[in-house]
Amino acid sequence: MCLAIPGELIRITGDKGEVSFSGVCREVDLRLVPEAVVGDYLLVHAGCAIQIVPADEAKLTLELWNQIMPGVAEDER
Amino acid sequence: MNDSNPLAEIISCFQTDFAALHCTLMEVCGTHTHVIRKAAIHQLLPRGIRLLSGPGCPVCVTGSAYIEQAIRLSQEPKVLITTFGDLLKVPGNHNNSLTDARANGGRIKVVYTPLDAVEIARTHPNLEVIFLGVGFETTAPVIALSLQTARQQGIANFTILPALKVLRPALEALLTDDSINLDGLIAPGHLSVITGADAFGYLPEKYGLPTVITGFKTAEIWLGLTALARQIKAGQAKLENMYPQAVSNAGNLAAQKLIKQVFRVDDGEWRGLGVLPGSGLGFDKEYLRYDARVRFQLEPLQSVEPPGCLCGMIILGKSEPEECRHFGRTCRPEHPVGPCMVSSEGTCAAHFYYRDRRAREDDEDSSYLG
Repeated sequence: MCLAIPGELIRITGDKGEVSFSGVCREVDLRLVPEAVVGDYLLVHAGCAIQIVPADEAKLTLELWNQIMPGVAEDER
Repeated sequence: MNDSNPLAEIISCFQTDFAALHCTLMEVCGTHTHVIRKAAIHQLLPRGIRLLSGPGCPVCVTGSAYIEQAIRLSQEPKVLITTFGDLLKVPGNHNNSLTDARANGGRIKVVYTPLDAVEIARTHPNLEVIFLGVGFETTAPVIALSLQTARQQGIANFTILPALKVLRPALEALLTDDSINLDGLIAPGHLSVITGADAFGYLPEKYGLPTVITGFKTAEIWLGLTALARQIKAGQAKLENMYPQAVSNAGNLAAQKLIKQVFRVDDGEWRGLGVLPGSGLGFDKEYLRYDARVRFQLEPLQSVEPPGCLCGMIILGKSEPEECRHFGRTCRPEHPVGPCMVSSEGTCAAHFYYRDRRAREDDEDSSYLG
């Protein structure tokens, strides 16, 4: 139930935004991330954006792997 | 090494590095439970490492009295119950669910967000629209937004039946229970987005419990487990945030402010744990008129557990679903006896859907296996 899905913010209208989840668009409330701008990737939970996440999220995961297990994550590139 | 599967490499490293480690770990997020079972992570861990599922599914920890209350309300004239879909099949006090109530003429509608429920109330002023406010800190700010919207727009026919929970008192109840000895905790990723990583600092500081926040991809869960196992092996207890792309130290401040404005910390009733002081969210006096309990003058009900159902023990990691006499027999996703079989995030449902191959082949009807 605490599921949150990342999507790209493609339009802002007041407190609401249109977010594309792999091409499927939905209206999302932006009041919890007032600093969001078009092009941001947002984590969306129950119709509300709760966080802005970096577009290169996967790369960050890799960096953490490199810290914890140097070498292993290199293969994922 | 370039030809090998990196995830297989990571798992293999884990199995080698921690082959001799003996410890009990717990995750407390239903989404983690689901991914762990789907990816069979629990089966790939070295023998000495136990991975339990804790009270991380909001639907599962909600007492049956709450469902009973919702079922009764759905039969009232002019009432429309709006809810997240997960609650529909949860049994109430008399082995009946909201789905049954709908078949008996109750008005019940599934919504994607409580904000849609507010919109329904606005466009249907002749109805009393009640949203079933179930969830943890992740969902509380969204429900707070719906209340703020209703207040700003002067919508008087919208209320919430609250069962919002605060996780910390439940975790502390677990950690002070002598029958459960945890060596490490995987903290819930999306809940931490709201609360911030720092909110989990008490686990290592007060309880000496190694704690790691991690994401939801299979590799991220292995990353979290690796960090946790390393701490345990090194005799350390600290908080590590392995999901920094989404979780900051301070969390979502706008969401925290909104929760403080709209709600007041209250007692919360947990299946398996009973009433825990400070573990629920009630309404600030400015928002009391949106409390369905006040609006409809509801008397508190007593929860009645289904006979033989182990959900209360499973939620606490004290029993495994397979120990329950109902599991896979009288209790299945299409006719659940207890809540842990209902939600896809419930421990029983996750165990059921991702049983080992042999159990699946033995099962006569495997058509609904995910």
